[in-house]
Amino acid sequence: MKDCQVGYIKVALPKGRFLSPTARLLAETDLGFGGYSDRTKQYRLCSTRFPNLAAKILQEKDIPIQVAVGNYDLGICGLDWIEEFVVKYPAGALVKISSLNYGEGGIYAVASAQGGIASLEELSARRNDCRIVSEYPNLAEALALNLRMRRFRIFPVWGAAEAYPPENADLAVLWGKSGAQLVARGLIPLKKLLPVTAFLIANRESLENKDLSQILACFGSKLTAEPPTSIENELDSFKKQKIARPSWPAREINLALPDGHQQAPTAQFLRRAGLALQGYSEEVASRRPSADLDWLGIKVIRPQDMPLQVANGNFDLAITGEDWLLEHLYRFPSSPVKKLFALGFGTVKVVAAVSQEKMPVNNIDELRSLVQSSPDYIGVPLKVASEYINIADKYLRDNRISPYKLIPTWGASEAFLPEDADMLIDNTQTGKTLKEHNLKIIDVLFQSSACLIANKNSLRSSDKKEKVGFVTRKLRAGLS
Amino acid sequence: MRNQKCKGMQDWLPEDMLRFRHIEDVFRICCRNWGYQEVRTPTLEYLHLFTATGTLTPGMLSKVYSFLDWDGWSGERVVLRPDGTIPVARLYIDSLSGQKLARLFYVTNIFAFEGTGKENRERWQCGAEFFGGAKPAADVEVILLAEEVICKLGLSNVGLQLSHAGLVKALLKEFKVSPAEEAKMVSRILEGDWQALTKAKSPNPETDRLIAALLGLKGKSSSFLHNVKASFPKASRDFKSSLEDFISIATLLDNQSCCYKIDIAAMHGFEYYTGVCFQFLAAGEKIGGGGRYDNLVPLMNGENIPACGFALYVDPIMKLLPLEKEKKGKSGILVKGREATPEIIKKCFAVAESLRDAGHPAELNFTGREESSYRWVVSVSGKEPSPFVLKDCIQKRRREVASVAEILKVVSEE
Repeated sequence: MKDCQVGYIKVALPKGRFLSPTARLLAETDLGFGGYSDRTKQYRLCSTRFPNLAAKILQEKDIPIQVAVGNYDLGICGLDWIEEFVVKYPAGALVKISSLNYGEGGIYAVASAQGGIASLEELSARRNDCRIVSEYPNLAEALALNLRMRRFRIFPVWGAAEAYPPENADLAVLWGKSGAQLVARGLIPLKKLLPVTAFLIANRESLENKDLSQILACFGSKLTAEPPTSIENELDSFKKQKIARPSWPAREINLALPDGHQQAPTAQFLRRAGLALQGYSEEVASRRPSADLDWLGIKVIRPQDMPLQVANGNFDLAITGEDWLLEHLYRFPSSPVKKLFALGFGTVKVVAAVSQEKMPVNNIDELRSLVQSSPDYIGVPLKVASEYINIADKYLRDNRISPYKLIPTWGASEAFLPEDADMLIDNTQTGKTLKEHNLKIIDVLFQSSACLIANKNSLRSSDKKEKVGFVTRKLRAGLS
Repeated sequence: MRNQKCKGMQDWLPEDMLRFRHIEDVFRICCRNWGYQEVRTPTLEYLHLFTATGTLTPGMLSKVYSFLDWDGWSGERVVLRPDGTIPVARLYIDSLSGQKLARLFYVTNIFAFEGTGKENRERWQCGAEFFGGAKPAADVEVILLAEEVICKLGLSNVGLQLSHAGLVKALLKEFKVSPAEEAKMVSRILEGDWQALTKAKSPNPETDRLIAALLGLKGKSSSFLHNVKASFPKASRDFKSSLEDFISIATLLDNQSCCYKIDIAAMHGFEYYTGVCFQFLAAGEKIGGGGRYDNLVPLMNGENIPACGFALYVDPIMKLLPLEKEKKGKSGILVKGREATPEIIKKCFAVAESLRDAGHPAELNFTGREESSYRWVVSVSGKEPSPFVLKDCIQKRRREVASVAEILKVVSEE
């Protein structure tokens, strides 16, 4: 393991959707990364063939930036995350070496079949603003700018972009398997922005100065030019698609419920509160469950996205985590979002942790003294990995840690320590994962559990306050 | 010690500021003399001011500093001012549109991202905008005003190039492509890629002949434009009307003995120009530019008010100006205390105050070091009967002085 950390050549390998095909590819290349499989619990891998080669398994989204900053010489990830990075930082240090010719689907700009929008040109000619929701905010912004939209707003989301149109967004920029599959989900693909294939990428400086030839040679004939894609033709068949006039039933009150880990406990809680829902339970996952109350609209989205969506009025009420509410309020202090009450489940601690080997400190004061006095740290920014960049930012400012650099992550910040970050600020239930990775908690920032949040304007509005009050009372009854 | 300055940003040292203030002062005086009034717009503006067609090109938009403000939860992005004209047009629409004529000027910084960080990402410009000014006199006015500033700054060998956005747009119409395709060609041209015109074959060979002539020839007077008019009798109506406009402006400039070069490619970067556009070049660098933008105010939901203006780019001009030394050695007075006792410090402040009240810049020093770059040095010992020694740094003479009045008398005789 020690040898791995001083590995001369470092490769970032993807988790998730590209893990299996990438593992197959690597098996053929004979790089000696036998440990890279669906079942692996490790983040770090050493090549059994090249003693100077090491790899780390990262979230795919993180790979382009990690390669660009030079933490890794090579990386494998999807073209969508590469372009999301490159479109914003074109002069960056990222080089696409070759397509690896596997992958699926593409990134599409879509509208809802119910939204009455038939083309992108129509949207850009509109005088009122266009709301675009996406996990790819940079690609979405580039699209809006290239279309010369007069006015637009981008809502970056952590996921579930397809759930937003037509009520809560005009356009979504999202991944889809194919145009036909998007149509089947009630969406109209207006444009395919790019195909999603896996790419081998490199850090420019590494490629220009470091000998990576042995490693690249292993890929051999796998490295080829990007296959030509017929982006335009594919969508022609959907041009004739019937565009329905906007016809969704407008609801008086809109409630957002969480997907993912929070779905099961939330469903249990709602049952206890006596709010009967169809399509929202441990087993069923619909984006639009329905309630017995015909005036109540419900959508299932990511808890991370809820405070912003409540602030901008897309929802009146939402069940999210106190951590995500705080993260939002630190970023936007004037936001009209308010916590009504905690719901008592989904409790986690948000903690600061460091690698025990690298940073022998017990608390944040000792950490401050260390970075101020150790020659290894003076003038060198402390690298802090976190899912909660605004919470982390405030914590570091309040504790006078200076200078520091934040590394935004999409979960699993522990994978970054100790090589790519000095400290993490993340949530933990039991602290077990942190311990397994030899990390020490040096501070508990706060405890967070699920809570009900509301838009302050909805609470005041004479049209809404009565019904918002009704839902609120009902949920309060579920508190045991 | 590591450099802690932000990449692409610059510090201006005292001598840079002297040059900056000199440019600014000359510009301000000229503008005021022509009846222009100074305005200032905020550093932050909403992004949407700059995104509509006819404002900034997508190429420029990809370089703006845009972000979410502290109240950006609504998704509304703001930008660090990427251009001087559009914010002033907004100011005019918001607050001054009651006046049909408004002559405004500003000195401001603009921000544009530049990938390598080797060039400035924050740049300064001196600009003037004339709202409601009818052509061709207003176009000539802004060109002559810009020329006057350049001349008073003492810049030599500055070339003026003229083009006409209306002519270019009329030419593009001849290609009969979709509006989206046309917008793309405009963007390429504005980013300096004139090959876009020559490469794309138009359906009409007459257009190709016209483009070849306009890109190949550079005229030096309105006669050239008359020649173009006579050589291309079949040009479109739009083209002819723009050409007439161009001819009337060129003729007025000829009457003013203004030297220029007609170069259709001298149009760069800004989508909002509709009529004549111009740029100034010195030592191979663009030091200013401007033109007519009649559609901008209506596009930004203002009334149908025509407008034109220009901006001079301070950063390249600063490099061309001769280094101006601060004239400290000629008139400055150093007041220094022999010791830093409370009595002597008090006396030094009193002497310096009297000198300043009489209009002499006076600097204090208690460190005992004598600077050689002053005209006079007053040493304060506090010892009667002559508590001061006055040193004349040019004549290299010292004399003992009994009172502040006597010091004032000697230094004022100069």
